[in-house]
Amino acid sequence: MKRRVVITGMGIWSCLGNTLDEVRDALYTGKSGIVFSQARKDAGFRSALCAQVAQADLKPYVARSMRQFMPEEAQYAYMATRAALEHARIDQDFLDRHEVGLIFGNDSTAEATMHGLDKFREFKDTSACGSGAIFQSMNSTVTMSLACIFKLRGINLTTSAACASGSHSIGLASLLIRDGLQDCIVCGGAQEANMYSVASFDGIQAFSLRENEPTKACRPFDRDRDGLVPGGGAAAVILESYEHAVKRGAPILAEVVGWGFSGNGAHISTPNVAGPARSLELCLRNGEMTPKEIGYINAHATSTRAGDGQEALAIAQIFGDYKVPVTSTKSQTGHEMWMAGTSELIYSMLMMKHGFIAGNINFEHPDEDTACINILPETREIHFDTFLSNSFGFGGTNSTLIVKNM
Amino acid sequence: MTREEIIEKVNNLLSEEFEVDLGELTPDANIKETLALDSLSLVDLVALVQQNYKIKIPVADLPSIQTFNDLYNYIESHLPA
Repeated sequence: MKRRVVITGMGIWSCLGNTLDEVRDALYTGKSGIVFSQARKDAGFRSALCAQVAQADLKPYVARSMRQFMPEEAQYAYMATRAALEHARIDQDFLDRHEVGLIFGNDSTAEATMHGLDKFREFKDTSACGSGAIFQSMNSTVTMSLACIFKLRGINLTTSAACASGSHSIGLASLLIRDGLQDCIVCGGAQEANMYSVASFDGIQAFSLRENEPTKACRPFDRDRDGLVPGGGAAAVILESYEHAVKRGAPILAEVVGWGFSGNGAHISTPNVAGPARSLELCLRNGEMTPKEIGYINAHATSTRAGDGQEALAIAQIFGDYKVPVTSTKSQTGHEMWMAGTSELIYSMLMMKHGFIAGNINFEHPDEDTACINILPETREIHFDTFLSNSFGFGGTNSTLIVKNM
Repeated sequence: MTREEIIEKVNNLLSEEFEVDLGELTPDANIKETLALDSLSLVDLVALVQQNYKIKIPVADLPSIQTFNDLYNYIESHLPA
């Protein structure tokens, strides 16, 4: 028998805030987390725009002997996970007595890898890398660190699927719980926010050049969009079977009712309509939902010319005459990449729980592709009980989640 | 560099890297115990000495470095002239 999968806790470390309340307020007021970085300009970036993410200080919580294995993204992930567990009322005693799993999306460890290898090259000696380098430079650095810190004994897995990583992690976790293989899984996404992680991304001219107006630079769906803005941080959610959550008296926030995915099987960076459309279709079918039951779509739209238009066409193809409200919170956060699938689920949850849809800031004029969907440019107080969240990535990997209020 | 200067700098580096109070770094104290070094973090001690003094401590020499005094002696005797 398939079991229901519920969300019982959320935690986030983002450019919009480091608590759920801060992030909710920032979403409501349309605050932008984007800044101009002189350090990036001086280093040779074409676009020095980025999200401003606070450094995480783990010293009060995690011993040096463990922190040495944790790069920036693992530190963000720790803070988000710690908050999510607390939100779900799960303490260390519970983790010690139950088998809890861990699935996080992550797809780079650029800075840590660079630092380790720089030392190796400078001293021509592998031990100069230091003991933390190997653990920090593996893609699974987040899950290996968190599993050891929180003593997690269930599934221990990193999903690497480019900018859909943090959505696939939730999708996979929901299947494992639905099929009874796990009762509770910590899942999320983490994204390093340092300049080295996106230097080569800047090199392919993917970033906005609107450096004189940082808060207006990220403008998903807008006619005058000219590229994305890189962001970072981490987000975590606690997934459980409904029965498990009820049994332990957990706060049940919402239900993950559907997961859909697809591959474009086409170009490595240029998206298409067919792939995302199939992800949307599968998600609706898997969740036994009709388009009209969806009250809000949190779009993947990153503010690139090619991507936003294709996504708009895919949404229009599936939703037809039903003009479901659509926004991209990347207008405020920039592109949180490996983290985005989870962070945007949390942003949407905060909206759903507080009765509003955060406006797609900087959306002023549609173009011929984006005019086919209902994009809300300003925050509106709207009650909705079900939302859909899209995440798409390089290589044509697509993931879609549907979440229902409880 | 005088021995006093070596001791002061080494202690500051170790205190910061391994997050141990300076007061605990006494000449006769055992390094592994004081800094809570295991087989992994011992590599960090070797890397720290290499990066700050350009001195490579071979694995074969490690058993001879038990106390902080042993470490000061090793660095002092291996500093480039």
